[in-house]
Amino acid sequence: MDIVVCIKQVPETTEVKIDPQTKTLVREGIPGIVNPFDMYAIEEGLRLKERYGGKVKVLTMGPPQAEDALREALAMGADEAVLLSDKALAGSDTLATSYALSMAVRKLGYDLVICGKQAVDGDTAQVGPEMAEHLGVPFVAWVRKVEEVSDGKIKVQRLMDDGYEVLEMPLPALITVVKEINEPRLPSLRGKMRARKAQIPVWTVEDIGADPSRVGLEGSPTQVVRVFTPERRAGGEILQGEPEEVADKLVEKLEAMGVI
Amino acid sequence: MPNYFLTEEQMMIRDLARQIAEEKVKPVRAELDEKEEFPWEIVRILAQADLFRVWVPEEYGGLGGGTLELCLATEELSRACAGVAVTYAGSALGGTPILLFGNEEQKEKYLPPLASGEKLAAFALTEPDAGSDAAAISTTAEKVEGGYVLNGTKQWITNGGEAEIYVVIAMTDKTKGARGASAFIVEKGWEGFGFGKKERKMGIRASATRELIFQDCFVPKENLLGREGMGFIVAMRTFDRTRPGIGAQSVGIAQGALDEALAYAHQRHQFGRPISSFQAIQHMLADMATQIEAARALVYYAARLIDSGEKDISKISAMAKLFASDVAMRVTTDAVQIFGGYGYMREYPVEKMMRDAKITQIYEGTNQIMRNIIAGELIKELASRR
Repeated sequence: MDIVVCIKQVPETTEVKIDPQTKTLVREGIPGIVNPFDMYAIEEGLRLKERYGGKVKVLTMGPPQAEDALREALAMGADEAVLLSDKALAGSDTLATSYALSMAVRKLGYDLVICGKQAVDGDTAQVGPEMAEHLGVPFVAWVRKVEEVSDGKIKVQRLMDDGYEVLEMPLPALITVVKEINEPRLPSLRGKMRARKAQIPVWTVEDIGADPSRVGLEGSPTQVVRVFTPERRAGGEILQGEPEEVADKLVEKLEAMGVI
Repeated sequence: MPNYFLTEEQMMIRDLARQIAEEKVKPVRAELDEKEEFPWEIVRILAQADLFRVWVPEEYGGLGGGTLELCLATEELSRACAGVAVTYAGSALGGTPILLFGNEEQKEKYLPPLASGEKLAAFALTEPDAGSDAAAISTTAEKVEGGYVLNGTKQWITNGGEAEIYVVIAMTDKTKGARGASAFIVEKGWEGFGFGKKERKMGIRASATRELIFQDCFVPKENLLGREGMGFIVAMRTFDRTRPGIGAQSVGIAQGALDEALAYAHQRHQFGRPISSFQAIQHMLADMATQIEAARALVYYAARLIDSGEKDISKISAMAKLFASDVAMRVTTDAVQIFGGYGYMREYPVEKMMRDAKITQIYEGTNQIMRNIIAGELIKELASRR
């Protein structure tokens, strides 16, 4: 089974800064890490390979330094890595990104594409599902377990608010995974040494045969209208005492506020 | 921290060991200590990360490193938990005599499973009545058709019961004293080889320390390590190589204690100020850091000298172990002092570090024996110059 895992390098911080002018994420000067959700995707790819054989190919789109993220995946045991990097891709929104990635995935060849459920910088959770649309294959998002792959089908559990659903779909297909699915392995020394020496091909827009008008700023219909930090909600009030007293107080307060 | 001119590969080993220590060891160290539980899960993680391979030559499944590589990994693990670190380093201690004195068949058979971490090793010299006076051992190996029969009891064996491969020193000829000892490779599960009580220790409580009991245990002649009568040479040469590892363990324990003490001093307020603003605390921290750096420099130097192929290593190796372990004891004691009453409580990690540090002054030769070795070498050097 050929598995393509799509990963993203994100800034190593939970406090993402936004450029007020361009309204895009400020990435300069912050060390990059593999998007934590993508670590589960890499791990699941490796586990499926161990179960069913095949190859794990890792793909990322980003600036040249995104190569570090690919080397980390290689150190964990991925077989191949490809960096999709081209100035023409700068400014791509999720639609343009997912299009470009889907073209690269086609070129790589695949039975299954695995993505993390979302990236922790942009938090859109759109690129995975959009890729499936571009590829014209079925997808399941929020996968918490791959039950089995057999007879050209994959059976998975999708995490829901109140439990999980068991779904089956034909391959080729795409899944996005949640953190409940596994515990990513640490790299090994031999893996790190292999990764350090590995040649990572860099593909351009031309290499993947993408339509230049559908990538980069030009191919991105998303307009960021306003970026702001939501106001902090005022702290609530906790009523204490016997249940009956508290209930009376609550009703009083709600009436005073005109809610009831 | 100075980088000590480490190669990229050495930094990789250090960083991966540090990552495992931070992510996998730290969260469980208090529980392992409390329950005196052998850290099998961590052993498996270390194996998967290839850390057992660092000191083993490439032809036996290793990464071809040496003493320095082993020290780097041991130091980082010790920073989080010395009990885990001694389990790791103890397997190298058991494997080192095979590496140094084993014939091709023995190396091919025993080193690859140690490199992969599939099996652990242990080294067995000490007995109830033979500690510092190692020549007083009474375990015997009687020569019989096709091999030897071992009888006797070994005591305080690190990885005892958990390891699969044991290097055991026993007397083949009691009349010859120290020259009558021989080294044998014995496997767990062989008839006549059993385990006695598991010790309940002050520190390094995650590690297993156990008695080995030999009752008419047959060891085939292929498992004699080196030649008959070489037992003490095997033991001494092994310790010469592995003592910097105890130094590295000591440096790691001390560094872990300084890390904790520094963070605590910064956050703990008394008299309306962080205690790190008081000179009394500052000077303690400065002394701790300086001693650690000096110990690390000595340990790395000793390790590098060994790896360079230098033959005369007994003195420097003993110095590294002696100095670093005394530093570990002082630094951990000061760390508890900086923590004050909290430092004495098991909720905080420094009391464990102080308990763990103590053993580094005792095992692989007490620090008194280290001084004997150093002085002996000094006098020998003087005599040879005359």
